[in-house]
Amino acid sequence: MSGPLLDPRTAPSFPKAAHNLLRDAQLRKNVHHATSVIQNKRARVVAELGDWEQLRLAGERIREHTMTHLDAYLEQFEMNCTRAGGVVHWARDAEEARQIVVRLAKEAIAAEQRESPSPAEILKIKSMTTEEIGLNGALEAAGIRPYETDLAELIIQLGRDKPSHIVVPALHKNRQQIHEIFQREMHLPDLGHSPEDLAEAARLFLREKFLRVPTAVSGANFLIAETGGVCIVESEGNGRMCLTLPRTLITVAGIDKVIPRFRDLEVFLQLLPRSATGERMNPYNSIWTGVSAGDGPRAFHVVLMDNARSGILADKESRQTLNCIRCGACQNVCPVYRQTGGQAYGSVYAGPIGAILTPQLQQMHYAESLPFASSLCGACYEVCPVKINIPEVLIHLRNKVVEQKGLTGEALAMKIMATIFQSERRFRAAQRLGRMAEAPLVRKDGQGVGWIGWLPGMLGGWTQVRDLQEMPKQTFRDWWEKRGRDGN
Amino acid sequence: MATETSGAAKTEILRRVRKANGGSSDAVAAETAWNAIAREYRREAALAPEAMLDLLEDRLRDYDAHVVRVQRLEIAATVARMLTESGKRRIIVPAGIAAEWLPEGFEFVTDTGMTAADLDGFDGVLTGSTVAIAETGTVILQDVARPGRRAATLIPDYHLCIVEASKVVETVPEAMERLRATSTRPTTFFSGPSATADIEMTRIKGVHGPRFLDVILTI
Repeated sequence: MSGPLLDPRTAPSFPKAAHNLLRDAQLRKNVHHATSVIQNKRARVVAELGDWEQLRLAGERIREHTMTHLDAYLEQFEMNCTRAGGVVHWARDAEEARQIVVRLAKEAIAAEQRESPSPAEILKIKSMTTEEIGLNGALEAAGIRPYETDLAELIIQLGRDKPSHIVVPALHKNRQQIHEIFQREMHLPDLGHSPEDLAEAARLFLREKFLRVPTAVSGANFLIAETGGVCIVESEGNGRMCLTLPRTLITVAGIDKVIPRFRDLEVFLQLLPRSATGERMNPYNSIWTGVSAGDGPRAFHVVLMDNARSGILADKESRQTLNCIRCGACQNVCPVYRQTGGQAYGSVYAGPIGAILTPQLQQMHYAESLPFASSLCGACYEVCPVKINIPEVLIHLRNKVVEQKGLTGEALAMKIMATIFQSERRFRAAQRLGRMAEAPLVRKDGQGVGWIGWLPGMLGGWTQVRDLQEMPKQTFRDWWEKRGRDGN
Repeated sequence: MATETSGAAKTEILRRVRKANGGSSDAVAAETAWNAIAREYRREAALAPEAMLDLLEDRLRDYDAHVVRVQRLEIAATVARMLTESGKRRIIVPAGIAAEWLPEGFEFVTDTGMTAADLDGFDGVLTGSTVAIAETGTVILQDVARPGRRAATLIPDYHLCIVEASKVVETVPEAMERLRATSTRPTTFFSGPSATADIEMTRIKGVHGPRFLDVILTI
């Protein structure tokens, strides 16, 4: 049922994946269109607020403060959530989180089945954290069918596709492509082509499930330590359906999702919607605390998952990565992401934030090309609502990659170059050698200028996207010496 | 009721976090540091009450809500007019709704914890509100007695919401301040009807929540 995973451990390196995806003109057009629209909307609503920079600064400080006192806030969250009737579970890694959720889902489904025969199904709210741990695959392996209820996630699930954006996971698909998927998977031969028709089809397809399926899994935007409450922001109302109607709700959240106090939402509920979708406020926010008599689920579980986050916290240079509130603004402005789309990154976290988050969530060698998937232009830093200095972290991670790899071909070549440049004799000899070696590769153009369109081996990276002019017959040094002798 | 494995996982995660931070924190240290966080953003209203209502009306309209502004005494008559205009007759209401808001000639049914399927059979829902934010065009519902159970404002396709002027604030920080004392109650913010932009970033009104939102704003 679910499509191939975006797993950094098996994904091809960024340059390889990007090379293939860049040939998909439709994909590039879709990504370019969608990111342009969001960028413009964001710019407009950000300009409306005279205190945007002060909000960003407060956001950054609150996140830094939270990370410094993370142990205290996690314990506080657990205590308050438990007091309100929730059950808190802790998961060291993805495997443990999957096991806990599968066990809780099985128990909830078994309890339902004791009352009346019902299929093993659960509802899901869009959640990057459950994507990160590949939860749907684990549920399916346990015989439980997960229904994604966010429109974009439904498009991805029915199309057996992969998400390409943190906020708008199906932004690489246009309406014709979505129409084909829905027509085929929902068996709707007469389905119309307009976005309204497609949204209506999703409404009808899911409404029956909302009213029937009694167990749901969600992520979280914020965990409030002070109250033990959870906050989810969304647009469609599928979140509200999943948080309100089922009898059992299971929330999976990274330990980085905690905020100190209810009042801190006054900052994040301004920063997040404007940065993510360019709205003054997204259509729906829900905040709930444990269980409430007569309103919402009877059983509520929260799984607090580390999965490498504490390791990121230990790295002084890159711990700011954990401040991320998953708005996706850095993806929309990134000149690299806008060309390749999200899937080239081989991870559910794509774009600039993915380039720093993915290698740190994995052992570095699985995603070592990602810190290099950037021109370091700094656009991501400028739009980040909590001021994460992504270029700074990228450079730090590049250093780590190089240190880990030891003496590579590239490093060896650099060493040889340094030896050559240190001696005039060796430099002249290298130039002569170069002119001889290039001869078979040079093709003359109409003006008699020589060009090299292909270089062998590692040097090929240069000529993949541009031609190289042949080396001049005479070097500057030769010309200078000759000029002195001839007296002109 | 943490299991033994969960207990071990908790201990290990907190140990890692403390090691990363070079020591442990506690509630007192966290509170002192939290109080010292500089907050230089705007936390107070700048507009006069009338202008604030104008802003709320404008922002609600911008998100496809239908808004009318009336005197308090005209609420019932306005409810009747709006329900008639949208062809709604059988309406669910929360137990604590003000009786003087309900006009004759319609079937108002009090929500007594109906099933989702029962709620699905209504033409719409009528509620009051807890707080509204002018700057963002947001209405906030909290508390079971008055605005009602969350499911009741979610399943019916039409929501008629009465926002009294006294409930309106200008900024997000003011709204959070008003909600603070009751912050653990189930709380829903809505800004316009249900919507999505998942298809080509086009805002489409109405997916799973109410597709039609009417707001009566009292002066």
